[in-house]
Amino acid sequence: MIQIKDLHKSYHMGSNSLHVLKGINFNVSEGELVSIMGSSGSGKSTLLNILGMLDEADSGQYILDGVPIKNLNEKIAAKYRNEFLGFIFQSFNLINYKSALDNVSMPLYYKGIKRKERTDKAMHYLEKVGLAEWSHHLPSELSGGQKQRVAIARALASEPKVLLADEPTGALDTKTSYEVMDLIQGINDEGKTILVVTHEHDIAQMTKRIVNLKDGVIIDDSKVEQVRALTHV
Amino acid sequence: MFDLERWQEIFETLRKNKLRTFLTGLSVASGIFILVILLGFSKGIENGVKSQFEQDATNRISVWTGVTTKGYKGLNPGRYVQLKNSSFESVERKYDDYFEYRSKDYMIWGGTVTYKNESGNYRIRGTLPDNQFIENADIGYGRFVSQLDLADKKKVAVIGNKMKKDLFKEEDPIDKNIQIFGVNFKVVGVFYDPGGDREESQVYIPVTTAQQVFNAGDNIRNMSFTVNMADNFDEAVAQSTAIAQGIETQIKELHTVAPDDQSAVRVNNTLEEAQKIYSLIATIQAVFWFVGIGTIIAGIVGVGNIMLIIVKERTKEIGIRKALGALPMSIVGMILQEAVFVTIFAGLFGLIFGLGLLELVGPQIDSDFIKYPQVDFNIALTTVFILVIAGAFAGFIPAYRAAKIKPIVALRDE
Repeated sequence: MIQIKDLHKSYHMGSNSLHVLKGINFNVSEGELVSIMGSSGSGKSTLLNILGMLDEADSGQYILDGVPIKNLNEKIAAKYRNEFLGFIFQSFNLINYKSALDNVSMPLYYKGIKRKERTDKAMHYLEKVGLAEWSHHLPSELSGGQKQRVAIARALASEPKVLLADEPTGALDTKTSYEVMDLIQGINDEGKTILVVTHEHDIAQMTKRIVNLKDGVIIDDSKVEQVRALTHV
Repeated sequence: MFDLERWQEIFETLRKNKLRTFLTGLSVASGIFILVILLGFSKGIENGVKSQFEQDATNRISVWTGVTTKGYKGLNPGRYVQLKNSSFESVERKYDDYFEYRSKDYMIWGGTVTYKNESGNYRIRGTLPDNQFIENADIGYGRFVSQLDLADKKKVAVIGNKMKKDLFKEEDPIDKNIQIFGVNFKVVGVFYDPGGDREESQVYIPVTTAQQVFNAGDNIRNMSFTVNMADNFDEAVAQSTAIAQGIETQIKELHTVAPDDQSAVRVNNTLEEAQKIYSLIATIQAVFWFVGIGTIIAGIVGVGNIMLIIVKERTKEIGIRKALGALPMSIVGMILQEAVFVTIFAGLFGLIFGLGLLELVGPQIDSDFIKYPQVDFNIALTTVFILVIAGAFAGFIPAYRAAKIKPIVALRDE
């Protein structure tokens, strides 16, 4: 599903140059649940941004579902993001003046889907994350866990090939974190490819494979015995 | 533009920020409001001044004389220049082709006029039949002075409506006798004048009669003419100015007055005056437009400013939208449409409010120089057009900024 070869990325700040990614190689096949671990400054967020087409690598190859991702202009990047990717953020990034339902249907709007179909679909995914009866609430009326579940529903709504989660549990307490992870595991069980960036070991243990990043290189990439989140709840 | 979703988005954002929307709209609405009021009043001034001119024919040239201030050809200063029948005839002979109406007057500024027990002090004017048209006098009933009256030196009088009300009350004045300085005159007509009471407080009699009754010989006080109007206003002004100058020179030669003596012979050309006033009105209108457009610009800058703040405030939201697949164009469209919508809505509100106020207050205004302030449909349309352009202008820079927002920057956690 994802093939990355010799990926390099530097940031230039004035005269200083910061080499963040120093040749990343890794592949993710369909249906995997991978966590990317590393301390801050290890380059894991940069890697996720490149995977999410929010940022572009200096050199190297990135192929997503057979499509080489390079020379993106804003229009094409927007189209690919809408088509291939679903984002889950640490701070949820819901639009605070829109109801849960409207938030979930937003990517469908940009896909050009008709209102009726959009609402049906969004409702379906809200049901899937167990928030059907909260559909008309604003994000401010929801708890942190609920917000993240709305965000997950939104990421799923456009039926992307890959879900990218950036510290999805970073703003949540342990119990809620596990509930969210349970949801993510469930989605993965249905065959969706998911990448999770985290620095929490217990969260990483709940994925099927851990990629460890340090100073811009992968120092460890191994499959793990998945811990089901439900056993902790 | 006709995307229902887009409109829902816009209404939603506007509803979330009621106060901000209101204040922004207010600045635009008041701009348009002020423009409309200014334009309405400039039209009112135009109407008012035009109606002032209607008192007399606008293409009128009148000749008055006074006392010489300069010695000339051996004559001393301080001499009164007396116009005669012959002065009038020579002017008439020279310019007859250009004149529409012509009149010579012998005038007594104030004289006692009596009817039965009522009497009053009125201006008495000996005149020619043409004067009716030069003075824009309307005959209410009866008739004006005729050629026949003139030839026979008949003692007939045409009185102003004010005089009729003073002396006759409800009585029919036609064929009644009034006494002017004790001499009997038969009233043959009553006239109205757009100039009002002052103009209607006079009595017209044949000039020949006046010269005889008041022992004036062939003296006259002044003469007036109206000039045939050329189709083009500027041409007409040029022509009547030339004629006025010609008459002045001719009269001065005739009466041996120094060519540069300003007070001995005065030729007044209303068309030239009119042109001056019209160009003054045009200047006032230009200033009003300038001020009005200025206020609108201030309003537009306000909208642009607010939209910039909105974009700044919504940076994260725009980033999220982009991450979810929003195209840059759809973001630009959203911001632009919001700006245009706010300006047009607020602007139309100001326009309607301004028009309503003019409609309501306009007829109440009772001033000689402002009449029926109003804004015509074309001007209203122009302002709406200005609004659309202005709205797009106000939205453009903020929209461009919004399009430039990178999702990665917007989504960075603080």
